[in-house]
Amino acid sequence: MSNQMVDLNRVGAKGAIAEAAEGKWGMVIDRDLCTGCQACVAACAMENNLSFVGEEDAGYGRTQHWIRIERLWEGEYPEVKMDGGFQPMLCQQCGHAPCEPVCPVFATPHSEAESINLQVYNRCIGTRYCANNCPYQVRSFNWRDYHIQPFHANLVNGQLVFPLHNQFNPDVTVRRRGVMEKCTFCIQRIHSAQDKAKSEGREVEDGEFTTACAQACPASAITFGRVDHEESLVSQLGQVSRGTKHLEELNTLPRVTYLEKG
Amino acid sequence: MAVTSNHLYGAQKAHETPHEEEHDPREQLMYDPLPRGVMNDMVMESMTTTSWKFWAVFGVLSVLVAVCFFYAWGFMISEGLYIAGVMRPSYWGVFLVNTVFWIGISHAGTFISAILRVFKAEFRRPFTRAAELMTTFGLIQAGASIFMHMGRVWLFYWMLPVPNERLLWPNFHSPLMWDLLAITTYVLGSTMYLFLPLIPDLAMARDRSTGWRKTFFKVLALGFRGTEGEWRHLTTAMNIFAFAIIPVMFSVHTIVSWDFAMAMRPGWSSSVFGPYFVVGALHSGMGAVAVVLVIMRATMKHMDYFIRKEHFDGLGKLMMIVSFAYAYFFFNDYIVQWYGGDKWTDLLLHWLEEGPMAWMFYLLILFNIVIPFLTLWNKKIRTTPWLLALIGTLINVGMYFERYLIVPVMLTINRMPFTWKLYFPRVEVFLTIGTFALFIWLYMLASRLIPLIPVWEVQEGQMVHTLRKVGKTQVPTVSEFE
Repeated sequence: MSNQMVDLNRVGAKGAIAEAAEGKWGMVIDRDLCTGCQACVAACAMENNLSFVGEEDAGYGRTQHWIRIERLWEGEYPEVKMDGGFQPMLCQQCGHAPCEPVCPVFATPHSEAESINLQVYNRCIGTRYCANNCPYQVRSFNWRDYHIQPFHANLVNGQLVFPLHNQFNPDVTVRRRGVMEKCTFCIQRIHSAQDKAKSEGREVEDGEFTTACAQACPASAITFGRVDHEESLVSQLGQVSRGTKHLEELNTLPRVTYLEKG
Repeated sequence: MAVTSNHLYGAQKAHETPHEEEHDPREQLMYDPLPRGVMNDMVMESMTTTSWKFWAVFGVLSVLVAVCFFYAWGFMISEGLYIAGVMRPSYWGVFLVNTVFWIGISHAGTFISAILRVFKAEFRRPFTRAAELMTTFGLIQAGASIFMHMGRVWLFYWMLPVPNERLLWPNFHSPLMWDLLAITTYVLGSTMYLFLPLIPDLAMARDRSTGWRKTFFKVLALGFRGTEGEWRHLTTAMNIFAFAIIPVMFSVHTIVSWDFAMAMRPGWSSSVFGPYFVVGALHSGMGAVAVVLVIMRATMKHMDYFIRKEHFDGLGKLMMIVSFAYAYFFFNDYIVQWYGGDKWTDLLLHWLEEGPMAWMFYLLILFNIVIPFLTLWNKKIRTTPWLLALIGTLINVGMYFERYLIVPVMLTINRMPFTWKLYFPRVEVFLTIGTFALFIWLYMLASRLIPLIPVWEVQEGQMVHTLRKVGKTQVPTVSEFE
């Protein structure tokens, strides 16, 4: 990485970020293997300090999940067919992301080094335009300071204690209210792997680390790795004929490949 | 038929078209002049005559502004946006509806004032000020609504190009950035455009008041004495602003529409949104001007001299034409999108037609298109103040529905059916009441502090309009300006 000043006006610009290459880090999700167990959702919440929003807000559509399991069905109750199965949905880390150009303050720029979308929490002013413009609807907003709310705590001897604060990941920011957040492909893991590799004078190998969701998936439906290495598992899986990109027609160049039901 | 000697001209006309009523040209303000001193005193009196009813309404509004605007907003800032109804598919809610609505209201002020001034439409003279005030006060509400909407409003200045050690610059690719620039330009431009024609009236008021009012007007009048040179400069400046503000006005609402049209969403990414929003803004703004004029005439002293049937008539015609234009763009937007056959757009249109908010969609067509079409062609309806005010109110309700459908209802349908969810406002209801209350509150305050009638413009008009005797009849004539 060079120490040169990055011109954010170019990095976030529409067009300037359209990468011809498939990117650096990518993911393959096999929907045939997904059982909808939500282990990835829980692992992601632990890894990335996601807040519990409480029953009421979760029911209202304010869940703080960077990955969610969509259940897709056909027909009206009671003639429901679970044809669609489960579809884990997370930030697709688009190469040509609709969320990036619309932010007035460059809070969601594109990373040239990792070729993923970044979210700069302390730059975000909460206009929520990015979330509106995200065709995958994977951005979640901090509607309040959820992590200091009573439902986040236990009542012990008349005092609120927050046991969940003890398991916060020190590598990840705890977001305050009024900022947008989204899946980062566990960028803290990418960075620590890069640091280790750099200290050993080599490049990061494929499979050296993985994201929290891929790590937790009991069915190995999620595979994470380097899509710019042809021999990597994620590249080879991505070549399978049942591989599709979600909403490909929008030309967002997503980095996540879904293996449709075979 | 009674033929009177002094109305031969009118009598002949009546003979040719018997259903046409006989008109006394003195029904028109321009042919019914009063001495300048009398007229100035009338305007001064309308400012200083305040009944207990005014203070009662003003007091209620003050409470509403304090509770629904400042308290509710402050509570939301201190607690977080969760007390509003916004959530996953509808990240934008009523705040953005209010923004678009108030910018729309603010449009007609400039439209009426600048376009009619540029085209020298004489009926504009007594109510340009009332319309321009709507622009300024409407923009205040629009700006406040945008700030209410922001998650971290205390950092709003990050959108401004302030120098900082990280050399971070605002993102000029973002439609919100264009919005900020356009609205700021419009606020500054329209405020100056409001102030320039106000100077001679402020000077008039300064010469006719005492005490703190004298000081107030003295400061605002900038030492205007009414010399030939001052008038020449003022006229030039007003001409420049009248011409320059028109493209600004068109650009502002086009850019507001781009907030939606530039987004990748079914229903929003429509290339006709620019002109559609401009016409929609004019539609709601015209209705609002009509309502304001009717209320002004009914509540303020001497206003029935200045605001007459001819003005309601002219405004009603404008409203009708704008509603024709609105209908054209409305069907252009929806029908062309429907014809496109995109599956998400199809789903969205079905959602609008059959979903839980369909009543809003049909009321929108009724209020914005059907009712103006069916009523405003009739001169009797146009010139009946309360009917015109009612139609104006209905148009505004319809336009509010239109923005409501475009923002939260269209946001319900996205390309991820799993997240579909209908939005309902929570604290937004209070904040909406708050912005309306603040608008009326500011207007009432202004009605006591500055002359709402541009007296010098009326006098200027009356000087060039004369009734001349031709034979035994009186013929209205206009001499050329400048």
